[in-house]
Amino acid sequence: MGVRGKARPEFRLTTTWDAGSSNAQRGDMALGSLTGDDDGAAPDVPAGRLARLLRPFVGVAVPAFAAIAALIVGAVMLLSFGANPLVAYGELVTGAFGSADNLADTAVRAMPLALVGVGICIAFRTDVINIGGEGQIILGAIAATVTSMAFDDVPRVLLVPMVIVAGAIGGGFWGAIPGALKAYAGVNEILSTIMMNIVAAHLLSFLLQDLLIEPGAIKIQQTRRLSENADLPLLPGGTRLHIGVLIAILVAVLGYLLLFRSALGMRLRSVGHNPDASQYAGMAVKKSITQALAFSGACCGIAGAVLVFGSESHRLIGEGGAAAFTQNAGFNGIVAALFGALHPIFTVPASFLFGGMLTGGSDMQRATQVPAALVVSLNGVVVVFVVGSLRLRDRLRTWAGGIASYGGRA
Amino acid sequence: VSDFFTVSVLVATLASGIRLATPFLLASLGETIGQRSGVLNLGVEGVMLIGAYAAYITALRTGSVAAGVLAAMAAGAAMGVVYAFITVVMHATQGISGIGIFLFGLGFTDLLFRQQVGTPVPIDGLRGVDLGWLSELPVVGELLFGHSVLTYAAFALVPVVWFAMNRTTFGLNVRAVGETPEAADTLGVRVNVVRTQAIIIGNVMAGLAGGTLALDVGIFQQNLTSGQGFIAVALVYFGAWRSSGVMAGALLFGVVSSTVLQLKTLGIIVGASSTIAAMAPAILTIVVLVLVSRRIGAPSALTVPFERDS
Repeated sequence: MGVRGKARPEFRLTTTWDAGSSNAQRGDMALGSLTGDDDGAAPDVPAGRLARLLRPFVGVAVPAFAAIAALIVGAVMLLSFGANPLVAYGELVTGAFGSADNLADTAVRAMPLALVGVGICIAFRTDVINIGGEGQIILGAIAATVTSMAFDDVPRVLLVPMVIVAGAIGGGFWGAIPGALKAYAGVNEILSTIMMNIVAAHLLSFLLQDLLIEPGAIKIQQTRRLSENADLPLLPGGTRLHIGVLIAILVAVLGYLLLFRSALGMRLRSVGHNPDASQYAGMAVKKSITQALAFSGACCGIAGAVLVFGSESHRLIGEGGAAAFTQNAGFNGIVAALFGALHPIFTVPASFLFGGMLTGGSDMQRATQVPAALVVSLNGVVVVFVVGSLRLRDRLRTWAGGIASYGGRA
Repeated sequence: VSDFFTVSVLVATLASGIRLATPFLLASLGETIGQRSGVLNLGVEGVMLIGAYAAYITALRTGSVAAGVLAAMAAGAAMGVVYAFITVVMHATQGISGIGIFLFGLGFTDLLFRQQVGTPVPIDGLRGVDLGWLSELPVVGELLFGHSVLTYAAFALVPVVWFAMNRTTFGLNVRAVGETPEAADTLGVRVNVVRTQAIIIGNVMAGLAGGTLALDVGIFQQNLTSGQGFIAVALVYFGAWRSSGVMAGALLFGVVSSTVLQLKTLGIIVGASSTIAAMAPAILTIVVLVLVSRRIGAPSALTVPFERDS
């Protein structure tokens, strides 16, 4: 994939090509194998009829397997608590998708996951592991909140886009820092983004105890009710569903266009696949890494803005800790993105699914007395099974007449 | 401020710094062993939570702190087996599977706690050992001779880990499979077996670190570790994969934390500004990572799964 001028069509082929084991030999975080791309252009390896029939489904095999495995693990836990798994899962599904209101709640819960998930796709495709979603959400929320406070009286049609953009800038800034540290100082981004999360959590707590706290006698860590002009408008239908869902879908489409239909995205993915070759081909590797984390952070920052202005209280609330505000979306968004095979568009339905698990969890708790925390632990199981079953998929793909796992590289 | 600079306050701060350093030290030493073998375990946070809960519930049910310690280690070992399977056998991407372990630990311990305990019940936690006249010595007695068994064990492990890594066959094997697994394999070292052992040892220590934390504060709550496991991973980089460096990092973090607490207690920093001070360890970590990242290399095969070419 060396020569720059003629590389493009060839590049698409090679960069979206699954590259399991050769990635692994490169010694960095090697995320290429996580993507579910099945570029179809597999050389014809003789394979049985069954294998050929199954070939298109290999890409779906990983999330399907992970989901089934997680459900089984969950069922074992439920049984051990003396609950009937079928009843529990039934309640979970009804609670998540059973009525218009439930669907709306699920969608509201899914928005931050999808937004973070798109950001995760951008970072992971560049082979940058962004664990800093939590902090980037918080910074986005702070930036959006401050913006709305400064421009209280700007009409809604302007203020809503302003707070969203402010969120993107805040989160993007918080992502760019570890990005630049990785690119220019060689700091492991996993560790720096985690530290940035801790700093952001304390910053939120500080601001809500001090500069941004609601004036008055009651010292609760929250802002005043923010400008009504910044409220995210509700969608018709009489549910809690607001335009955040459209913002999430828009960001997912933009994320897709950025990653797969732009020169910048090609550069990012190329750097993600092979930084050395990209460098050799004249690409700005360091800049790409910084950009990837900045874009990733921007998506998370938008999630922060949506969490504030789409909330029913219309305040930024830090009471109960930062995780109570972010709803752990910075981590759960990773789950959604992985489940969506690191594709921005597929991340949206994946988020809806996980949003549903989170909303349905409380219904399950009510019906079976099994705490909703079960869902969080199952999310962890899903992650483990998704990344753990990639090797299995590679085997399956080879068997089904796909490419040998390192085929596209060399 | 002058309140802080009195002998008794300084000694108390340092002593509590040593106490707070214990979980960091245990977890980081364990992570060091795992990383030297070429496996990054980002799930330390989750394993610590599981160890903490195991220690808490066991101590609560049996009334025995020692049983709690053993339970924490057993829970860590179980997680080690799981993690070894995920990374060594299934070749899962290590950074991300660690996040999975973290989420699992976070949710699972919360789940068990709500299911089995509900409202927080305090337990009789760790006590400092009584070393007779040593503990009564001025300054030194309070500083060094009033800690719990686990604190002494953690610090005793520093030379033990150093010795094991540098003067034993096992340590040589661990380092070999972490640097050049192919060469080690050629020499007959069973790479994946050594890595599995290193991972299990590391996870036992992470579980123990969590147990120490729970027994120290005598309570369990959701997300008890609040990021300490992640800091422990960072400390391995901080300490440049050496047990002495890791110890220095753990002590630094312990003392910074205890100083912030002490300043808050004394009213020197009040209200919201204590949260600014609480950022210090995280910012310090980033600064240190910037300083060390270029100079000291990680084990060459860190995060690279091993498979024999067929």
